[in-house]
Amino acid sequence: MARKLPAKNVAIIGLGWTGAILAHELASAGLDVVAIERGPWRDTATDFPPSYAPDELRYAVRLDLFLRPEQDTLTFRNNLSQTALPIRHFASFLPGNGVGGAGVHWNGQTWRFLPSDFRLRSHLEERYGKAMLPEDMTIQDWPLSYDELEPYYDRFEKICGTSGKAGNLRGVKQEGGNPFEGWRSSEYPTPPLKQTLGPALFAEAARKVGHSPFPQPASNLSQAYVNPLGLRIGQCTYCGFCERFGCGNYSKSSPQVCILPALMRLPNFSAQTECEVTRINLDSSGKRATGVTYVDTSGEEWEQPADIVLVCAFALFNVRMLLLSGIGKPYDAQSGQGVVGRNYAYQTTSSVGVILKDKILNPFIATGAHGMMIDDYNGDNFDHSGLGFVGGGYMGAGQTNARPIQTRPVPRGTPKWGAQWKKATAETYQRGFSLSTHGSSYSYRDCYLDLDPTYKDRFGRPLMRMTFDFHDNELKMSAYLTDRLAEIAKAMDPVEMTPSPRKGPYNINIYQTTHNTGGTVMGADPASSVVNRYCQSWDVPNVFVPGGASVFPQNHGYNPTDTVGALAYWTADAIRQRYLKNPGPLI
Amino acid sequence: MTSHRLSRRRLLASAACIVASSVSAHARIVSGAMPWSPSLANPPAPWRPGPWLFFSADEAATIEAAVDRLIPPDARSAGGKDAGCAVFIDRQLAGPYGEAAGLYMKPPFVAGAVTQGNQSANAPAALYRTGLRALAAFIKANFAGKSFAVLSPQDQDSVLSGLETGSIALEAINSADFFNLLLQNTQEGYFADPIYGGNRDMAGWKLVGFPGTRYDYRDWVERHNEPYPLPPVAITGRPDWTVRE
Repeated sequence: MARKLPAKNVAIIGLGWTGAILAHELASAGLDVVAIERGPWRDTATDFPPSYAPDELRYAVRLDLFLRPEQDTLTFRNNLSQTALPIRHFASFLPGNGVGGAGVHWNGQTWRFLPSDFRLRSHLEERYGKAMLPEDMTIQDWPLSYDELEPYYDRFEKICGTSGKAGNLRGVKQEGGNPFEGWRSSEYPTPPLKQTLGPALFAEAARKVGHSPFPQPASNLSQAYVNPLGLRIGQCTYCGFCERFGCGNYSKSSPQVCILPALMRLPNFSAQTECEVTRINLDSSGKRATGVTYVDTSGEEWEQPADIVLVCAFALFNVRMLLLSGIGKPYDAQSGQGVVGRNYAYQTTSSVGVILKDKILNPFIATGAHGMMIDDYNGDNFDHSGLGFVGGGYMGAGQTNARPIQTRPVPRGTPKWGAQWKKATAETYQRGFSLSTHGSSYSYRDCYLDLDPTYKDRFGRPLMRMTFDFHDNELKMSAYLTDRLAEIAKAMDPVEMTPSPRKGPYNINIYQTTHNTGGTVMGADPASSVVNRYCQSWDVPNVFVPGGASVFPQNHGYNPTDTVGALAYWTADAIRQRYLKNPGPLI
Repeated sequence: MTSHRLSRRRLLASAACIVASSVSAHARIVSGAMPWSPSLANPPAPWRPGPWLFFSADEAATIEAAVDRLIPPDARSAGGKDAGCAVFIDRQLAGPYGEAAGLYMKPPFVAGAVTQGNQSANAPAALYRTGLRALAAFIKANFAGKSFAVLSPQDQDSVLSGLETGSIALEAINSADFFNLLLQNTQEGYFADPIYGGNRDMAGWKLVGFPGTRYDYRDWVERHNEPYPLPPVAITGRPDWTVRE
């Protein structure tokens, strides 16, 4: 029997980006807020100081900062006819763990979605007709517009201090920025990062081929910056240890750097770490949450009553929390009925490896997000007539690292070991790098999340089961994008070039991205969404899923974090300005 | 590193609980400020010289010979043996990695599609023990009672190739899986920070020109096509920073 704690106004499940944003916004409004986080407290000085943060084995290979599968994992299968098996060791995607969540280990790539992405189905049907979309593709419009979200993108980017160059300021095109981006109300908070040789060579080649390359928007900061909360973010040193690592320089935007020091000063906020919420409790009507139950490190159960419950875990675990709590109707792929777990999507990435002649790239001079990109082949920025697919992605040259356990380019046909391997490794390290495409992943009837019938977690609760494979539309898109990227790569005059378009089947064992989306999607219709346009549960109105990527109706050709942060601020405003005045359904 | 960290965290959590009120969970409750106290950091534990911790003497001889063929010594840099790859693997297998700490190891273990990832019930330490026993038996039977370590380099290479392609079958273990694990761990040892026992004298980093843990390249970002001038440095510094008696 769980022991009952004194009630709070707000219980937040998970203290990553969205949890920290909501906690700060609501505690600032005077509410009594507790955030319950299943991982440990983490901060820069203790967990990833510069003295030992740059440790590839510990953080990038043994995955020290990530969720341990023994605590929670998923089962996976490619299709409904397979039996799902547990992901015993994370590889294809790497869920974070602990305070800061994915905001600790991300690369800092900070992209907005396109205005047309927000009305994807309507836009595509208007331009190409309904027949263009595969019958089993379940993409849908977002229940809010780019114009509505723009102020919140702007706010999140100012919290992060994002470095970049605007391409469109209030509708006026800007030289040097992304000519395809939606309008921006202001320039990036800090100027773009400098470029290393690889991205500079890509940009030169892209211009030669007729494109307009621009610096990738980066939350690894080009210069020191003080954000609107008064918190100082340092200048990035190009150390080359971003993704999978915490930043020892306070220069990669994270909840630790950008929000927590201000949040922790609020006396009406507390964080409770190493406590795993096992369910959201409902009253007898099933239409009101009474709080959450969690288990502490000794295995004892506690009940935390609260007026509002915010589901702020990583996207995948938001879905599982609702499934385990009986909130919303679970999706059934056979009938197509139900909503929780529906429209799981991912990202369709590909690469073109290039080896250059007589170049010294110094590839270890790297950041998670500097680089030069083109956006000509994203979303519907190009005419898809006759191409046989919809969707797209940005592409270009970043330089995230050259950490030598995992990054050692060699020419095709090189043996995997021995004298020839060693020679090729030594001779190619300075001259080889990878260009990449970052493609969309649209949603389908047979790609979804539900509870596994066999495998359980440490508390005996069912693991979540992922059923996912790439569809022809995405594979054709990846082939097309990779061909376009190869055209630019060719203009770099490489001695060797290896295009690797994404091929099926989806392999859980090969790292691609940690951009898992959908499952609690937002929408205008309760029959095809879990939350409304304010990220509020249709079924239990005092439960919100404030902007985790689980609310994306499908995934677009960009990294998710900027949209996740924007939606968190959007939801916080809705709660502060509307819900608190009149608690109940906002629609 | 995993179990060390968890136990210390747990200890702190329960210590906090003792002073908390009775209506309080076994949890770390953080409020009022960003917590900080001295000596709370969790640095890596450096390897210690000394006897093998996991391998028997025979097993160690086989691994030392194998890592020196996977990464042979040449004029560019040391081979796997002198770079400490066998020591690295030994210390890894004796630690949390060897017992698959933190991984999901609940049954049922069912062989699935390749796309579903590794479904082995055996942790790396058990795989090595089984694999090395099977390899020793194979060598003994096929090379006149010898052991891997005393074979000629050419024979050693052909055995390793046979494991890699699966043309040599081992008892009770998939030979390619065993080979891939050994190759992966050998390369980890060659390129990981020297603090874990491999990459001795930063041989692996010197081979490719990786400067290690410099952590600040601001002055060199736009010096395109110019070799980076400073030698590598590791978590514990550089050998030439240490005063020798």
